[in-house]
Amino acid sequence: MGMTLGELVRLVEADVFVGREKLDLVFEYCTASDLMSDVLRGPTEGSLLVTGLNNTQVIKASVIANIAAILLVRRKWPNEDLVTKAGEHEIPLLKTPYTMFTVCGKLYQKGIRGVDELIG
Amino acid sequence: MLERQFHVKANDFVKAGEASIEVQGLLKKIGFDPGLIRRVSICAYEAEMNVVMHGGDGEMTLSLDADRIVLECRDSGQGIEDIGLALKPGYSTAKPEHQEMGFGAGMGLPNIEKNADSLEVKSEKGKGTHLFMIFNAGGESG
Repeated sequence: MGMTLGELVRLVEADVFVGREKLDLVFEYCTASDLMSDVLRGPTEGSLLVTGLNNTQVIKASVIANIAAILLVRRKWPNEDLVTKAGEHEIPLLKTPYTMFTVCGKLYQKGIRGVDELIG
Repeated sequence: MLERQFHVKANDFVKAGEASIEVQGLLKKIGFDPGLIRRVSICAYEAEMNVVMHGGDGEMTLSLDADRIVLECRDSGQGIEDIGLALKPGYSTAKPEHQEMGFGAGMGLPNIEKNADSLEVKSEKGKGTHLFMIFNAGGESG
């Protein structure tokens, strides 16, 4: 079970801004939101964050939530601050041309599940 | 007993969240249980962001010993008009510009209530808010 970041890159045609050395990192769960307190609600340990939010708060909230990697949707380019912050905290940062809905559908099809399954 | 104080500045979204990351780092360094660190860090982050968005300037204090961690957050901001309502998931008074930055989910205080072992909220409209959060540190696993 699970998927590596490298597989994710191929699946959603992602560009990698931070974390090229971590493409063998495996994640099993995903959380998708543009609102950071919603992200912090769930058990997000080691999961992938799919988001349209591209400011530095996405990195800070991800550090707090122990997110494994961040995928920006809808071709959103991270600015320099965002890339620097992700690098500082060693959180892989990627972007995809697809929308959040499509990304989530593709991930679900490949067996990745939402963090709500961890709540029990 | 260890105590650290962090100044939290209103509307400073560049620095916002840094104090909580420092709290998280400190707890990791001491070697607390990861599950406990996560709960404290989430509360710290939510409390810090509330001060940045609504609180005017404020202070966040972390004090801890082997048995418990206490997180206190005091601000001199607008205060909470209805604490019961503010604890309701989804209730938000965030401005549109805060929402554009990824806040205003209406989950701030509910997340704190969920993650703290004990939460006391004191607030007076126009005068500020005081959050007092306690986390039991003894014997937690995962």
